[in-house]
Amino acid sequence: MNYEDALTETVLADERYVVMTAENRAAIRNLPSALGERFIDTGITEQAMVGAAAGLALRGRIPVVHALAAFLTMRAFEFIRTDVGIPCLPVKLVGGVPGFLSTANGPTHQALEDVSLMRGIPNVHVFCPADEQDLVIGLRKVLESPNPFYIRHNPLPAVIEHDPSFEIGKAEVISDGTDVSILVYGMLFRQAYEARSLLEAEGISVRLINLRTVKPIDERAVLCAARETRLVVTLEDHFLTGGLTSIVSELLLHHRMAANVLPIALPDRWFRPALLDDVLEHEGFTGLQIAEGISRVTREDAARKKSTNRRP
Amino acid sequence: MVKEKIAQLREIALRVREHVIRMSTDGGCFIGSTLSCVDLIVYLYARFLNIDEENLSDPNRDYFFLSKGHAVPALYGTLVELGLLERDRLTNHLKPCDSIYWHPNRSVPGVEFLAGSLGHGLPVAVGVAMDCRLRGQTNKVVVITGDGELNEGSNWEACLVASSYRLDNLVVVVDRNRFQANACTEELMPLEPLGWKFMAFGWQVKCVNGHSFLDLDDAFSKIPFTSGRPSVVIAETVRGRGLPSIESRADRWFCDFSREEAAQLLKELHEG
Repeated sequence: MNYEDALTETVLADERYVVMTAENRAAIRNLPSALGERFIDTGITEQAMVGAAAGLALRGRIPVVHALAAFLTMRAFEFIRTDVGIPCLPVKLVGGVPGFLSTANGPTHQALEDVSLMRGIPNVHVFCPADEQDLVIGLRKVLESPNPFYIRHNPLPAVIEHDPSFEIGKAEVISDGTDVSILVYGMLFRQAYEARSLLEAEGISVRLINLRTVKPIDERAVLCAARETRLVVTLEDHFLTGGLTSIVSELLLHHRMAANVLPIALPDRWFRPALLDDVLEHEGFTGLQIAEGISRVTREDAARKKSTNRRP
Repeated sequence: MVKEKIAQLREIALRVREHVIRMSTDGGCFIGSTLSCVDLIVYLYARFLNIDEENLSDPNRDYFFLSKGHAVPALYGTLVELGLLERDRLTNHLKPCDSIYWHPNRSVPGVEFLAGSLGHGLPVAVGVAMDCRLRGQTNKVVVITGDGELNEGSNWEACLVASSYRLDNLVVVVDRNRFQANACTEELMPLEPLGWKFMAFGWQVKCVNGHSFLDLDDAFSKIPFTSGRPSVVIAETVRGRGLPSIESRADRWFCDFSREEAAQLLKELHEG
């Protein structure tokens, strides 16, 4: 079942749902005919759409709102914060083509701070599925949550069969390795999975964690990874600032813990626009490049440890 | 409207202005901007809106949004005079023990939605009006916006949407006091021809004297002005209305008066 089918099923079964879009129908092409008046297209008006979604929620509706992630989270930011966040209304915000998924559009369309912005609003939760299957698995619980939610839409095909059980704030632990943990959310799950296979072939035991919701984050999974493995990799198609790297840093500080963390994210710049595979290659985010980076760091760590041990 | 009814509305508005003056000390309030819309809010609650103590959570009630949230003392005063808000709570104005502060919030009985950031009330009201329509209900949704507030682009997005969805259950009242925070609208960011702007967006427009209950009653009795179209009432008003010493002054938007000054203003209000 894809996102559109899952959403249609949920909305048709429950009168409270309305589906809205600021004329971005890529993921919901068949919904207008399926939902009739409960499909509301406001044209290219992200701000008014989010305001109207708050109004609909005031009347007991659960609006599922669609727009490109960059415009939804940035152009309408203050409407999300003020009209949805402050009164904690159950508006569900679905951001299209987030992170690397904006591919060749260019920096105007690159949502690389969306997680940072949305998690910064009190009451607003954030769901970043690994692929479309993961999205569909989590969708029902996310829609039923009383909180506003930002959903990083991800239509990519699944690389594994995901755990069909889903809890908000609970990560999916793919493998229980002991050397390196890879914490990942969203579309880079595939690359993380490939990197894991390559590292395992080198004899490095990898704990791979698909975070699913990054707010609330699975604190236990992150802290255990920090305690039980020698290196924690945070992997995200997001700016280094404000996303997973920041979340993990905050968590460690909060628990007064030290950990050996390797952040893999975009530094303070936008990525080179191109088709997805070329973006990943150019920016150093293929499974192979990620594995090489992790492997190099584990070798350096081992060498450093050896030289430290050798000291009298 | 009969004479007695008008006299009654005038009396309520006078009481509301007294409350406003009392809220303009010990921290102050946006008194100029508040006094321009006292008569509008009193009229709407007393004559037009189906909102009372009993139906505050009834989905069939009418909805009122004060989008120019800084004028909230006029709303607090009206809610008190109509029995929706406890009178004593106004003495908590700006105190941390209560939520009676410079902008409206939902913990005050009768306040539908928070406001303060300009250009939000109309988009939110569009959503409420859409839902009333979806459910086949006939309740009315009224928004008061400032005129300066219309600088915000989100209002015009919402105007497009309201018109496209034929929301004739939606009414915007523009408090046209011709001032924005520090300057005359027509000097800083001219809005005229304002009526034509709304008409060009598919709305039906009426201009009224926003301090004349008779004028207001005449306009509101005809809503929706045209079936299938949202309505806008451009209410010509005076900043600081009721206090000649501060009326129509750019420097009387926010004031924090001493208690002596406030006592003087109360006197001025009753002499005026």
